[in-house]
Amino acid sequence: MHRGAFTPGRAFVYAVVCLIAAAYLLPFAVVALNSLRTAEEIAQTSMIGWPQSWAFGNYAIAWDKFCVAQTCSGIQPYMANSALVTIPATIISTLLGAVAGYAVSLWRFPGDRWIYGIITIGIFLPQQMRLLPWTIVLRETALTNTLTGLVLIHTIQGLSFTTLFCRNYYVAIPQELMRAARIDGAGFFRIFWRIVLPLSPPILIVTVIWQFTHIWNEFLYGVTFTTGQQQPVTAALISLTAAVADVPQHGVQSAAVMIAALPTLLVYLFGGRYFVRGLTAGAVK
Amino acid sequence: MSTRPATLDTMRRLPEYLVIWVPLLLAAGHLISFALWTIWVSFTPSTLVPVTGWVGLRNYNAVLATRNWNIAFDNLLLFGTAFVLLSLLMGLGLAILLDQRIRGENVLRSIFLYPLALSFVVTGTAWSWLLNPGIGIQKLVNNLGWTSFRFDWLIDRDMAIWTIVIAAVWQSSGFAMALFLAGLRSVDADLVKAAQIDGAGPLRIYRRVILPVLWPITVTVVVIQLQFAITTFDLVRALTGGGPGIATQLPALVVYDFMFQRGLLGRGAAAAVLMLLTLLAVLLPYWAWRYVQHRRASRA
Amino acid sequence: MSALTIRDVSKKFGATEVLKDINLEIGSGEFTVLVGPSGCGKSTLLNIIAGLERQSAGTIRIADRVVNDVAPKDRDIAMVFQSYALYPSMTVRQNITFGMECRNVPRPQRDEAVARVARLLQIEALLERKPAQLSGGQRQRVAMGRALVRDPLLFLFDEPLSNLDAQLRVEMRMEIKQLHQRLGSTMVYVTHDQIEAMTLATRIAVMRQGVVQQFADPETVYNRPANLFVARFMGAPPMNTLPARLEAAPDGTVAVIGDVRLPVPAEAGRWIGREVVLGIRPECIAESTRHFTDTPGAVITMTAPVEMVEPTGAETIVVLRLGNERVLGRVSPDLRHRPGDTAPFTVDTRKVSLFDPTTGDRVV
Repeated sequence: MHRGAFTPGRAFVYAVVCLIAAAYLLPFAVVALNSLRTAEEIAQTSMIGWPQSWAFGNYAIAWDKFCVAQTCSGIQPYMANSALVTIPATIISTLLGAVAGYAVSLWRFPGDRWIYGIITIGIFLPQQMRLLPWTIVLRETALTNTLTGLVLIHTIQGLSFTTLFCRNYYVAIPQELMRAARIDGAGFFRIFWRIVLPLSPPILIVTVIWQFTHIWNEFLYGVTFTTGQQQPVTAALISLTAAVADVPQHGVQSAAVMIAALPTLLVYLFGGRYFVRGLTAGAVK
Repeated sequence: MSTRPATLDTMRRLPEYLVIWVPLLLAAGHLISFALWTIWVSFTPSTLVPVTGWVGLRNYNAVLATRNWNIAFDNLLLFGTAFVLLSLLMGLGLAILLDQRIRGENVLRSIFLYPLALSFVVTGTAWSWLLNPGIGIQKLVNNLGWTSFRFDWLIDRDMAIWTIVIAAVWQSSGFAMALFLAGLRSVDADLVKAAQIDGAGPLRIYRRVILPVLWPITVTVVVIQLQFAITTFDLVRALTGGGPGIATQLPALVVYDFMFQRGLLGRGAAAAVLMLLTLLAVLLPYWAWRYVQHRRASRA
Repeated sequence: MSALTIRDVSKKFGATEVLKDINLEIGSGEFTVLVGPSGCGKSTLLNIIAGLERQSAGTIRIADRVVNDVAPKDRDIAMVFQSYALYPSMTVRQNITFGMECRNVPRPQRDEAVARVARLLQIEALLERKPAQLSGGQRQRVAMGRALVRDPLLFLFDEPLSNLDAQLRVEMRMEIKQLHQRLGSTMVYVTHDQIEAMTLATRIAVMRQGVVQQFADPETVYNRPANLFVARFMGAPPMNTLPARLEAAPDGTVAVIGDVRLPVPAEAGRWIGREVVLGIRPECIAESTRHFTDTPGAVITMTAPVEMVEPTGAETIVVLRLGNERVLGRVSPDLRHRPGDTAPFTVDTRKVSLFDPTTGDRVV
């Protein structure tokens, strides 16, 4: 079984793998191709087909003209909403998680084990158990149907994962390093800034990518706590693609789906390694 | 010798306490209070707004008596089993294939994993088009000349749940593959050499030496996939919307339906707690198993 | 003036007592080595001296100041760690000056201090590198530099050489010794390696299960071990320990081991007629042509069967039967004994130790 030796058995392996890969690519390829086909062309044939005339105009329409529930602003305002929720929530939850992970992993204080144990529950507790309390919290703070409300939710909910990621990374920092720093006279903050944070880029990238992908892709909170022009793109996409009543607009809808998927897809293309590390790290707790 | 972390005995300054405790209390406090609060609501007669009062298990009995919940739970059993088994098989198969030192492994791995980076709304929408008999695969085959071809599970009450299985397996089997592949690669090279010297052929080495390493990973994969199955919401919303009718309802949709569409907060909370209990039925044995494994490992 | 006083210090982790009533008085300029097998509490004791862990009871005094409630940074100590504990993200220079940075020492002073230490340790060329770009020996030097730059009252070393390969370890050992001779500072050094303890220490504290077994200069620890544990722990190969019976002889006292009779020091007289454990170092048993001393009666010659031979190059270890007990001897490598031979050996009895078989404590 060496690389390069070509036998019938290996040909079979390659054939199977390539076939499965094609199957995995198919749904997305279909959407990508449809985003460049006209509605008429799709209606005549099917969703699956090679574009006959490249309808790049679909993207322009999807971006700022397409109508969803009487507002014809395209997907652009919803993309902005998602960005305005995802970016602050990602940054804040990552920073807080880094500090919390640092405190839990490298310092001893009363109740540390308990706190950490409870935080890990957040990985498992279903969102449905938190929906009602969030409804109340948002109403009491007058943040219902605001982007700030979603930022708050994603920041706090994200703390479980960000704390866990950072904690698991920081426990590998040798205790001797901490001791050396204490003898050198460094305190809690200085150790964090000068020693721990400079070691953190790998885990911060993992955490940021994880948070960005999950908050961008999140749907339940978006659809529950925002309506109309305040919705993030995932929630808007459902109403947009469901608007098939009058004339089917599959070309433009596909373009909208492509646009909505693009940010996380780009993150995956450029940071796939870190994304997978987050996936497996989340699994082996 | 002693590797206990340092104590915070010298920490008497307020900012340090704030920085430590604020995020920790936010993270831990909201979980506990939110969970307890939802549990409490499930025992109250709350409808549109939460109210105090105690109705015992009435909400639970009501939820368990609805057709909606029963269909959702039956669906969950079918979907959970099929999805976990298929994605396990798919993931293991892909991992073994990729472990054959093939060219382009990185590209292939990226292809099998990319659905995980996509929103369920995106993938659900894509699959809803593909599986829509009017415009999707059925239409394509019909256009090619096989006019009697039928692939209309999406609008078939009995088969619609399988479209969710297909989409979910497609989206999540890469995750199982990633974990299995990491497991396969973690096998000690000396172990393989020892088996070769013992005269074992490649197949036997695979079966007897490498695959046994995977079984703890298998348990982890099963638990995580079950956890996903129990909380599935977005995918169904985008793919079938729970339909046709309520044929593809899942518990998470029922919770949402009670809480925000019918305004029955008490029942919604009860359904959420039932979801949590289902999840615990999976997680508690898993944690117990992990604990035993851990104890055994630390004793060895 | 004593540089470090440890009084009645004990430490408990939960129910387990890892240190029991430790009392050590260390003079200024002394090089004290804490040695013992792993788990004996030596590192815990060092951490308590540093203030990184708190003792359950007792006091620590550094230069006659009680430091029980003083933070590590204010104890005027420096520490070198087993893993070196260099800050990975900082350059060598920043590693060395980090302590001064924490104390807000002005930059020119820092640079001056770095230059001094770098010259002393010959690491000038490495100052702008990161720890990852250094070899093990270089890292060790930087760790030393970080300690030296503080010019503390007390240097603490926690197994600083155990991550080096054998050759480098010997080199660094000599350098540390030279450094101590040059600086004349007080040093406390933890190791499990009895050779390091012997070569470096002015005084050795041998520890076992949280108790100091003996605290004395290397020669005393080696030649007059306080008990059987110290006797067997110090020295490689270890001291031979054999059950024997003391009897009166015309010219003094003898230890009887089977058919062998070894003269023992006269002070052992009060144990005549009783069982003891006799300890004799392997180097006191040599080939019959070896000349140990002219003192009459101190050396005896006997023949013994050879069971096994282990050449090490510089010498040869022989396993032989002495009154039915297995003992090790160290003979010239020129001798070519073979297993099964019976050969004559000389035994130097001046340094024989006798121990109480029930308590293990030294009798003579």
